[in-house]
Amino acid sequence: MNINIDDKNEFLSKIKTLKAGDRVYLSGTLLTARDAVHKELKNLIDNNEKLPYNFVNSIIYYAGPTDTPPEKIVGSIGPTTSQRMDSYAEYMKKLGVLAVIGKGERSDECKKIYLRDGITYFIATGGCGALLSKCVTSCEVVAFSHLGCESVKKLTVDNFPVTVCYDNEQGDIFNG
Amino acid sequence: MCYTVVMKILTELQIENAVYEIAKKMCFEVDEKTLKKISDAYEKEDNRATKDALSDIIVNAKIAKNEHIPLCQDTGIVIAFCEIGGQIVIDGSFEKAINSGIKRAYSTEYLRKSVVKSPLDRVNTNDNTPCIIHTTITDGDKLKITLCPKGAGSENMGRVKMLTPASGEDGIIDFVVETVRLAGGKACPPLIVGVGIGGDLEECALLSKRALLRDIDDCSKDTHAKRLEDILYEKINALNIGAMGLKGKTTCLAVKVETFPCHIASLPVAVSLMCHANRHATCEL
Repeated sequence: MNINIDDKNEFLSKIKTLKAGDRVYLSGTLLTARDAVHKELKNLIDNNEKLPYNFVNSIIYYAGPTDTPPEKIVGSIGPTTSQRMDSYAEYMKKLGVLAVIGKGERSDECKKIYLRDGITYFIATGGCGALLSKCVTSCEVVAFSHLGCESVKKLTVDNFPVTVCYDNEQGDIFNG
Repeated sequence: MCYTVVMKILTELQIENAVYEIAKKMCFEVDEKTLKKISDAYEKEDNRATKDALSDIIVNAKIAKNEHIPLCQDTGIVIAFCEIGGQIVIDGSFEKAINSGIKRAYSTEYLRKSVVKSPLDRVNTNDNTPCIIHTTITDGDKLKITLCPKGAGSENMGRVKMLTPASGEDGIIDFVVETVRLAGGKACPPLIVGVGIGGDLEECALLSKRALLRDIDDCSKDTHAKRLEDILYEKINALNIGAMGLKGKTTCLAVKVETFPCHIASLPVAVSLMCHANRHATCEL
């Protein structure tokens, strides 16, 4: 199934019909964020400070690409291990995030929060940064530029392949 | 008494250049033997999602090689295993030579700089150095350097345990299998599993790392260690973790066991996990 992720209504209505293990192809905008950005966002939210970027209705991709060579759009850009972002699960709804993309199992606590808050968890295939880079049609640093490879990048993707991990009927790709 | 010892001089630049040459290639290609094992895993897999993941891995390897894009965005912290022949004289700094070669490769090949200066303040060094350098002095006049760019996905899932002799072989097997089970899809399976048994706390960890550098198709020359490799291979693949944790028949591609003598009261065991890209490269001078 193909999903236009820039259309929130299309995204939400299609997501409802999917089962754990289904492969879908995302087209539209993703925002990269991993360990360091999550830590900074948590501190800003906890201290009621202004966020440097609006994450409402966004899909976060846990990724820190290799450097972009000249004439290229982006470097190698596969998913990083999601588990390290488990402790920030409560903050996804506060940010207005719709879904996250990473790799590997989440903690039971994180899964519970995601299901409660309606956050979708997708995985992309780990170690496939070359393949996934071919789906990226634009890349721009939009926040936390001082974090280098960990900065927030706004990506436009075309048919980006991901797999649904949890569904509303207790489906769990890792514990099926 | 009069000795004649033939020494071989290697300059810092010679070593740096040799390191640079292998470092600039090691993140772009999966070796043929590893790729063959992944293709075999794809052929025998029934689970649809797992088959998709294995297919991605195979296509990724082709794209990476043909278009010179790093296989994975995590181009690792570099571990350098060095065997220095006793007849070698190094003109300059050995450490500087290794680090300069890595610095150059990570710059010219646009690889990711994934090293922080301190684990506490976590500021990036921006050149992917320092490397972790292990040296041993060997006989002869050869310098052999094996580089392993180790990503954190698999590295973070490694474990060490100080078992005691009463735990025996069953205790070792339980610990290794438990480590792979806990790693699940996070270490990017199908894995190569390196097991170090014996020595002490740090030696068994090193053994487990060195085990990962062996030819993926070989088996231990020690009959007891080989038996353990076979048992572990079966038990790990029976875990039904599969590629990327999506369930399936192939959780590991190989298990490598290395041993070393140890204290009568000790049984240290370490497990190092290597992701499906199995990246490492060797040069000799």
